[in-house]
Amino acid sequence: MSDFLVFENVTKRFGPLTAVNNVSLGIKKGEFFSLLGPSGCGKTTLLRMLGGFEMPDSGRIFLDGKDITDLSPNQRRVHTVFQNYALFPTMTIWDNIAFSLKLSKLPKREIEEKVDAILGMIQMREHAWKYPNQLSGGQKQRVAIARALVDRPQVLLLDEPLAALDLKLRQHMLMELDLIHDQVGITFIYVTHDQGEAMSLSDRIAVMNRGKVEQLDQPAKIYEAPVSSFVAAFIGDTNFFAGEIVAASGDYCTIRCEGLGDIQAFNDRKLLVGQNVHLSVRPEKIHITLNAPQPENGVGVNVFQSTVTDVIYQGVYTKYWIMCGDRSVSALKPHSRFLLDQAPITWNDKVYMWWHPDDGYMIENFSESDAGLVQTPPDAPKEFPGK
Amino acid sequence: MKNRKGFFSEGLLTAPSFLWLALFFAIPTLIVVSFTFHGHTPNGGVAEPYSLETWRALADPDYPSIIWRTLRISVKVTLWCILLSLPCAYAIARMDKRLRAIVAGAIMLPFWTSFVVRVFAWRTMLHPDGWLQACYLSYLRFNEWLFQCMPAFVQHTLTGLGLATPGPLDPAMATMLDSEVAVVLVSVYSFLPFSIMPIYSAAEKFDFSLMEAALDLGANSFYAFRKIFIPCIRQGIISAVLMVFIPAIGSYVIPQMLGGTNCVLIGNKIFMRAIQNRNIPHASALATLMAVSVLVPMAMTVWWRARQKARDLKKADNVVAAHIPGAKA
Repeated sequence: MSDFLVFENVTKRFGPLTAVNNVSLGIKKGEFFSLLGPSGCGKTTLLRMLGGFEMPDSGRIFLDGKDITDLSPNQRRVHTVFQNYALFPTMTIWDNIAFSLKLSKLPKREIEEKVDAILGMIQMREHAWKYPNQLSGGQKQRVAIARALVDRPQVLLLDEPLAALDLKLRQHMLMELDLIHDQVGITFIYVTHDQGEAMSLSDRIAVMNRGKVEQLDQPAKIYEAPVSSFVAAFIGDTNFFAGEIVAASGDYCTIRCEGLGDIQAFNDRKLLVGQNVHLSVRPEKIHITLNAPQPENGVGVNVFQSTVTDVIYQGVYTKYWIMCGDRSVSALKPHSRFLLDQAPITWNDKVYMWWHPDDGYMIENFSESDAGLVQTPPDAPKEFPGK
Repeated sequence: MKNRKGFFSEGLLTAPSFLWLALFFAIPTLIVVSFTFHGHTPNGGVAEPYSLETWRALADPDYPSIIWRTLRISVKVTLWCILLSLPCAYAIARMDKRLRAIVAGAIMLPFWTSFVVRVFAWRTMLHPDGWLQACYLSYLRFNEWLFQCMPAFVQHTLTGLGLATPGPLDPAMATMLDSEVAVVLVSVYSFLPFSIMPIYSAAEKFDFSLMEAALDLGANSFYAFRKIFIPCIRQGIISAVLMVFIPAIGSYVIPQMLGGTNCVLIGNKIFMRAIQNRNIPHASALATLMAVSVLVPMAMTVWWRARQKARDLKKADNVVAAHIPGAKA
């Protein structure tokens, strides 16, 4: 199936800054697609070019086989849900939603039916004659989505739509968005800097950094098999171990990591001896135990003695900062059993940290600046002022 | 006024402004109104006995036409000012901050020159041999030609509505100076900053992403301007209308200097009665009439807005009642 929406070598500059740098990507019909990246990575610019608010300096955009690059916003059947909702304050909710339908000169009867149907879908019928400033954040959000969906656009763009909501409401709206997407079957393009939102909703995610798409894949693939240190560090949290491959045989290789020792890793790309790589190991993949683990099924390698330096209890899990040689490593210990009955691991305990060789992922494309995105242990408190 | 303390502190704080308004506004206004129920003395005073002599004098058939002219010109001036201010304010609000300050300053710049001097300068600019007059004449000639091109029944309709005068154009009679055209033109020029500023300050607070949202939903720029921008800056437009309409109605210097004998407004008549004829009661009666003609549109606006609000509330109530059984208790 050819792609429904295609960006072809799209570049956009603002003065000396290249916001979007030669981006090409294809999005399928009906897909829930996310653009994920830190602020300033060009994701919003990409979205605005799709909406028609910015013109690319070079490259083309195709929608359903037609070149829409030079069309103005009102000529494309692409609607946006804005971050601040942008509801029209002088119109009632009903009029806000009916705005696009009135423009398309539909018969009055049909407009009424469509608005009523979508008001029912977002469960806002009794608020139809209120004004936007009489609604709560979540309600405004729902109206903004309804207004953009009511005339069934080809693509719905969502520009950080949940950024202004509190946590509980955000989680609720996430589920609702998913439901709405299932109901209407329209292509959704979702821009966010929140990896949690992107992961839980998307069919595919494009991770963007400095105007370029670093990786485009399904959420799980992006999380488990990041192509670069940026993706590894930006999506979730990780530990990087730098080293040189000293032995490679079959599916596995040995990485000599300075200050730590030899690490076994799954060698899916058949890297050769002598190559420098970085191994990314997610904190939840690292186990910590008071006793040495029993060697079985590959466990028994990648075991390192270390000392607990910090314990952050989170309910679902506990986050440990442990010192292994002279490096700090973060590890998550999930609590699937009743915690109070267990002997807890606590500050200054001598522990074994270990992970399965299959659970590390080797990254060749490493940049030192991305290492800064990884969480670091909290500093020892400086002297308390005024004490 | 929920508690005594609040009442006292509130009362004390507002007392000076109340006192000021009472002393220098309410009482003088009442004095002016009371003058109208007295006759005048030959030496310019107000006669002691009550009489309706002044009000009878207002029956002069000249007055309705002067009041009508004043209102007509004020409405024209207000409409032109709003029409010119809207795109202007929109453009300024969309400029970047630095340029915005410069342009806003430039709009206020004419106030550094005396108003009378500026109005007088227009006498020179509108001179019958000047280029503005030449432009105006060609505009009239174009209109005349357009009128000739129209079918007879359109010509009759336009003439009937008073929108056109048949017959050949007489250049000697069609001078801008000392005519209504000059008064409207210069009034628009003088009052334009007063209408740009309130509209601009409303437009500055306008969230321009709403325009993007409207375009996004399929509106063209003009539709978005009409349906989104204008309703959102309504408050600014209302204050601009008041800022222009009220001084236009009381306008006196501009018609005096540029209107000649063809465009005497109520302001000029008041001046004439008070200073030249030394008939204070008569001037007071005209002033009262003028005040009423300003207050009536204002009262109408307030009433209209209140009704609009009540209607919206009722509409909302009905809908709630329709969807939630038992809500209408």
